[in-house]
Amino acid sequence: MSELAMDTPIDRSAMKVSDEVAIEIRNMNKWYGQFHVLRDINLTVNRGERIVIAGPSGSGKSTLIRCINRLEEHQAGQIIVDGTELTSDLKNIDKIRSEVGMCFQHFNLFPHLTILENCTLAPIWVRKVPRKEAEETAMHFLEKVKIPDQALKYPGQLSGGQQQRVAIARSLCMKPRIMLFDEPTSALDPEMIKEVLDTMIELAQEGMTMLCVTHEMGFARQVANRVIFMDQGQIVEQNEPEEFFNNPRSERTKLFLSQILGH
Amino acid sequence: MTTLTDPPSESFRLSMLIYDTRYRAITFQIIALICFLLFFGWLISNTAQNLADLGKEPSFGFLMEPAGYDINQRLIDYNNQDSHLRAAFVGLLNTLLVAFLGCVTATVVGVIVGVLRLSNNWLISRLMAVYVEMFRNVPVLMWIVLCMAILIESLPAPRAFRGDDAEASMKLFDTVAITNRGVYIPEPLFSRSLGDIPVGNLFNISIDLIAILIVLAIGFYVSHRIKLKADATQEATGVRPRTWYMRLGVIFVPLAALLVILGFHLGYPELSGFNFSGGTHLRNSLIALWLALSLYTAAFIAENVRAGILAISKGQTEAASALGLRPSITMRLVILPQALRVIIPPLISQYLNLTKNSSLAIAVGYMDITGTLMGITLNQTGRELETVLLGMLIYLAISLAISAVMNFYNSRVKLVER
Amino acid sequence: MSDTHAETVSYVRETMLPQQEPPASTVGPLGWAKTNLFSGWFNTVLSVLSGLFILWLAYRLLPWIISPTWQATSLNECREIIGALNKPHGGACWGVISERWKQLMFGFYPPEHYWRPVLSLILLLVALGPLLFRHLVPAKVIYFSMLYPFIAAWLLWGGTIWNPIVAILGFVIIGLSLKFLTSVLNPALALIIGVVLAVIWWVALAGTVAGGLSAVLPIGIEAIASRQFGGFMLSITIGVTAILCSLPIGILLALGRQSDLLLVKAMCVGFIEFIRGVPLITLLFVASVLLNIFLPPGTNFDIILRVIIMVTLFASAYMAEVVRGGLAALPKGQYEGADSLGLDYWQSQRLIIMPQALKISIPGIVSTFIGVFKDTTLVSIISMFDPIGLSNAIRADTAWNGVYWELFIFIGLVFFIFCFSMSRYSMYLERRLQTGHR
Repeated sequence: MSELAMDTPIDRSAMKVSDEVAIEIRNMNKWYGQFHVLRDINLTVNRGERIVIAGPSGSGKSTLIRCINRLEEHQAGQIIVDGTELTSDLKNIDKIRSEVGMCFQHFNLFPHLTILENCTLAPIWVRKVPRKEAEETAMHFLEKVKIPDQALKYPGQLSGGQQQRVAIARSLCMKPRIMLFDEPTSALDPEMIKEVLDTMIELAQEGMTMLCVTHEMGFARQVANRVIFMDQGQIVEQNEPEEFFNNPRSERTKLFLSQILGH
Repeated sequence: MTTLTDPPSESFRLSMLIYDTRYRAITFQIIALICFLLFFGWLISNTAQNLADLGKEPSFGFLMEPAGYDINQRLIDYNNQDSHLRAAFVGLLNTLLVAFLGCVTATVVGVIVGVLRLSNNWLISRLMAVYVEMFRNVPVLMWIVLCMAILIESLPAPRAFRGDDAEASMKLFDTVAITNRGVYIPEPLFSRSLGDIPVGNLFNISIDLIAILIVLAIGFYVSHRIKLKADATQEATGVRPRTWYMRLGVIFVPLAALLVILGFHLGYPELSGFNFSGGTHLRNSLIALWLALSLYTAAFIAENVRAGILAISKGQTEAASALGLRPSITMRLVILPQALRVIIPPLISQYLNLTKNSSLAIAVGYMDITGTLMGITLNQTGRELETVLLGMLIYLAISLAISAVMNFYNSRVKLVER
Repeated sequence: MSDTHAETVSYVRETMLPQQEPPASTVGPLGWAKTNLFSGWFNTVLSVLSGLFILWLAYRLLPWIISPTWQATSLNECREIIGALNKPHGGACWGVISERWKQLMFGFYPPEHYWRPVLSLILLLVALGPLLFRHLVPAKVIYFSMLYPFIAAWLLWGGTIWNPIVAILGFVIIGLSLKFLTSVLNPALALIIGVVLAVIWWVALAGTVAGGLSAVLPIGIEAIASRQFGGFMLSITIGVTAILCSLPIGILLALGRQSDLLLVKAMCVGFIEFIRGVPLITLLFVASVLLNIFLPPGTNFDIILRVIIMVTLFASAYMAEVVRGGLAALPKGQYEGADSLGLDYWQSQRLIIMPQALKISIPGIVSTFIGVFKDTTLVSIISMFDPIGLSNAIRADTAWNGVYWELFIFIGLVFFIFCFSMSRYSMYLERRLQTGHR
């Protein structure tokens, strides 16, 4: 799997990390009923960072990034996004959601709307952008993800890879400052994974702050500036990708890496 | 590298009532509750005011007064000196009677039609489609009124049976008389009857009936045990013993014996004067209602059955065939259990619909709970509020009971899924 | 196959086989009959039996239907005509239909005003155009659709033209307050203020203003009382109003039932289960004898309006359950997708959830519509003259005493045409929406 994204040389020089803090998570805890899904998470993400979160299934990595735009509610600790704390205040939640883009495993495109309408919906209704302007922006981003000619089709008429790229374009139309990816390639056929990863790499090269939950270790190696390994609801290890893959320190990480890279 | 200060701890502001998810829910619910209470208070104060103006006071005392009207089709003893409450009870039993008869017939007809609609015989499936569409797209009230009209207008009067060259004759070896006043069928009689036992002072239950039910129950239980034993033998040895004659025998032999002991015989209807006497008299209103409700509901049940069978994917049949199961076993062990899961919930809600539709009895003069309590009792006592509310509560109770059965079934058959 | 293995395992085909005709016994009318009618002895027996049944039915029915009795003015006259023809199985007496069909259609509505209900029906089709055939009808017609309820009410009941205009003004008040107050206030608050102002207008001022205006400028058409309404016109009036009002109420109830707010949910569940648990006829009893007791003393409004209210409530509860089914069928991802874009609750319901949920529930919605339309016949039990009520009246008439098949065939046929075309339309709609997406 690691070869998939390896064939295009990547210019890492453009991916600069600034000192400005984009996301800060402090002592965050979350329970599902009795089950302690996230335990004492501390994480600071600076602007321009590309973070890959890896870990076995059920380790809480999806829950972690879903907490960042409050698709899940955390019960203790703080999450501060762009200087705004996520509390039960609806205005803050709406503000953060419109600043943070998200791509889902199953795309979650709106099947009753065309590709173009999917992309213009939120700018028009949340950002109150005039329709014409929203459509221009949408076409711009659809060109960026290389499917402008599909704009008038419905999601059901597109392949999985194309749908995921539309989902990325849909998020970008809100001009987000942070992008969250929740296993964006897990539901895709193997030959479609590359087109989505290429889009994500391009995004990274433009300096987007990204948090990706993914099993694409090739992508992590090339693009990420930090890899976080989670298990049993906690951050077990984090490091730069080279170090992480070549010199894993914790036993859990070694076991995990041997299992997914072993063959 | 971070210079974040703690966000200021928030003090309570009024806008938090709307914008804070913690308070928002409570705010809205309190608003809803206030609106709800205001609305109800308004209704109740209006009602009180109106009733006071009319000089009426809500009370259910009228239920104990003599009803003063006759009910011709009834399951328990009743005469016009009995109370309104007893009249309502007679009506309730009549509702349950027609609902029960209707559900049984509708299920039988509906299942047959539903299966035939899936037949690969083009002519049959078209005929069944015509039946279904014809009944589904015309109001049930019209079917009821039409059935009643056919019965009254087209059947011979009892006097047509009189004389040597009578225009009409009794059917089925002179046991059934079909007339425009209703159908007379033979009634079961016991020459060595065990008598009745009174239930409270509401009605009597025949001990004969109880004895028959007990014998039947025991028969079914023993039959079930034989089946379990056969299952066990099959599991132990792989061969299933042949038991069907034993299973039938334990049900029917004791039953036949009991009937002989009780001196079971039939009482036939006979023409006396201008009318029939003897036998059981089914009034036209009952028959019309039963027929129309059954045929109408059967059309809906047929669609449910069809959808249920279609819902089981072809893959299931193919998988079973690939394992070498014969079609009959595939049907019994693979298709039916899954199809029933799909069919039974809508089937029960059709039963519910049929029961509610039986309130249309009032259109043909069948004295069900609507006809007694909300019909004649309402008109005679002028107690609109009490009778209508009571009637609604009774129907609500019946509906809730049927829904409870359905929920119980649903929770039992729920597929175990991740 | 066997010859390919005759010499060696290795095999290369040198000439491709052309396509061949299937055996004659499997295609054409004969093949069709063989597979669909006579496959196996059981199917053959079934086919023959049902064929005989159809022939017998046609033999008995056709001569009965073709009966020259359209001019007869009473059942006896019919019998004379049929007797003269010496038919073996009698014939239909169509005179009752030719004499009474107008009554079955319009009840006791004055004949010189029949154009009014007919015009309202035609306008109804125009007004429904943008909703039913969106791609065929210009979008501007929607403004006419919004005005339609007032036009129809005025056409049917008549009276001064100022009544509908004054009623429309109330909605204008709501619209204006939404438009001007949203810039200053929260939109929900603006809506509430608008509604309060409109209610004040309707309750306190509208009557006087309309009265005053009609005194100054008496424009109007002859008023017609509700008790003159009848026949299919009554069924359609009650049915269409209840159907159109029940959809929005049903959607709100379904949302309430899905809501996290326990109290709101409990109220919605209570309402839905209560209505679904009692027969419609009991609700009609409420409309005819109880509603006036529940309302402030002295309120006495039209029986048709009371019936419409109860039928609407009845239909809404069923509609709510249908819509709830559609909501439950939507994947959770759609809610999350809408949330992650920052849409608020009402925006995501309106733009994302409802369009899809309603599409899923089209079959259920239409069968509720059909059910409501059929159930309008129940008003005959509270002595209103819908087609069934009229049929009872006609059969009680001495001239037609004893006629029933002809009447009920006519009534049944009209209901069938309405209901069957509705269900066919829902199939068409489902197919059209389907192709739009795939």
